[in-house]
Amino acid sequence: MILAAIDWVEWALMVGRVVVIFAALLVSVMLVIWIERKVVADMQMRVGPNRAGPAGILITLADGIKLFFKEGVMPVTADAPVYLIAPIASMVPAMLAFAVIPFGPGITLFGRHVPFQISDLDVGILWILAMASLAVYGVVLAGWSSGSNYPLLGAIRSSAQMISYEVGMSLGLVAVLLTCGTLTMSQIVAVQGRHFHVTWLTWLPKWNLFVQLPAFLIYMTAALAETNRPPFDLPEAETELVAGYHTEYSGIKFAMFFLAEYMHTITVSAVGVTLFLGGWHGPQFHAVAWLWPLLWFLVKLYVVIFALVWVRATLPRFRYDRLMAFGWKFLIPAGLVWVLVTAASIELPAIRGNLNAAILIGSGTVILLALLWPLFTGSPQARALEGQR
Amino acid sequence: MADWYAFWLIAPISILSAGAMVLARNAVHAALLLIVNFFTLAVFFLILGSSFLFVVQIIVYAGAIMVLFLFVIMLLGVDRPVPLTERIRGQRWIATVLGLALVLEIGLAVRLGLGLSTGKVPDFSRVNAGGNVRALARVLFNSYFFPFEVTSILLTVAAIGAMLHGRRNIAEEETVDTAVGETAT
Repeated sequence: MILAAIDWVEWALMVGRVVVIFAALLVSVMLVIWIERKVVADMQMRVGPNRAGPAGILITLADGIKLFFKEGVMPVTADAPVYLIAPIASMVPAMLAFAVIPFGPGITLFGRHVPFQISDLDVGILWILAMASLAVYGVVLAGWSSGSNYPLLGAIRSSAQMISYEVGMSLGLVAVLLTCGTLTMSQIVAVQGRHFHVTWLTWLPKWNLFVQLPAFLIYMTAALAETNRPPFDLPEAETELVAGYHTEYSGIKFAMFFLAEYMHTITVSAVGVTLFLGGWHGPQFHAVAWLWPLLWFLVKLYVVIFALVWVRATLPRFRYDRLMAFGWKFLIPAGLVWVLVTAASIELPAIRGNLNAAILIGSGTVILLALLWPLFTGSPQARALEGQR
Repeated sequence: MADWYAFWLIAPISILSAGAMVLARNAVHAALLLIVNFFTLAVFFLILGSSFLFVVQIIVYAGAIMVLFLFVIMLLGVDRPVPLTERIRGQRWIATVLGLALVLEIGLAVRLGLGLSTGKVPDFSRVNAGGNVRALARVLFNSYFFPFEVTSILLTVAAIGAMLHGRRNIAEEETVDTAVGETAT
């Protein structure tokens, strides 16, 4: 029979993994929202949430319950089916992207190997790009279907922004897959488990962060823009657009947008950790061997998330034309040049091995210095202004 | 077996969404149904064993092209129901005839090229040995390199042409919003 042919244990393990990772993601969202509010409050010398639970850690739960029981108001001018689909369309890609993230090498259960990863697609990186490109729909559809002007403006801004920065983000990822020579997430992590061969560098793991520093910066910058986080949160700029694309949403539907935004933040951080920070690699101990990789992954994940929150607390919002100019005239050319350098360092026959890593690190440093130069000398505009005075 | 279930699950959705897309009065609804249709096509690629085309179909069509479609629809405000009056006389009849001719031509081309329902399922596992992406790259950058490059040049030329057509005379329009310090004093 067909039923007998199905491997039930395999199915149960699969469903188990999906449920566990989904639940972990939801809990992480709660935690990240609390961390963000607390860290930003600290940086602004405020107290921050301190009522619900110890140090206000249950604030998100309280918010969630509140939003759940609030009335969902739908505008008369809204396009009903699209208005209802939009929050779901923004949440689903954020969750699906997590399916290819490896959290650890896995564990042996019931005599079979269970990796801490839902699915190890042979096109893992591309799957993440695909989900990133679908994330636009939630925003665009919400803005359009609300039948109101500010959400529409927010949606148009947002779609332009997300399409533009998607290109920059994919260029950063292309450089990574060129150095790793694979599209599979688990293999990209495996490649980063090796160490440098230079004598005084053997202690250093060959994370892509070191050989692909410009790609990392390009990716993280574009990822900030993709998730609509500050300083790129123009689609929901309060001072200009009320609340942007989700102005007309309330109750549980608004909560879904909120959830999706933070899921995206966690997803891009997890992708950054997997592709650039060596994934789950870290010092390994014999006691509870399966737990350590998981722990290292989470530590790295929260370090990256902290960095994103830090950026939010530090930088003011971009102006819209500056944002587009930065994306198209700076980020994309820089990404193209970097892909070129990476490809050349791989293909040049005489300088394989350590030397090509050296070339990447060297040229990466040069590019970084070039980028940081305006910080010390001031921007061309500022100098022009000085000259006029 | 799983392929079989997936196909019969997806195939009706594919045809229904395609039909509904043609019949939808609202441009945005039609665009959404087209996205659903592109998804089902992507799943067909997956069933046929090409995971690369599956993802590329989602990235390029569902992700990029349809977002631009929606962008244009929203920007130009063409989301009102369109009146179904003919602008050109006899347009509907000519369109019907041409449409039928196209279907016939595609059917004929497939019949001549591959043959319909020979009952033999091609074995992709041999071709895909060493990864679907590598297999595709080998074909694309060896056997079909020239057509591939010509197509990309064609697309670039089309994009530049569209830009030239869309460009207004810049000299007549004074730039309104300038960055601080460029012209302002």
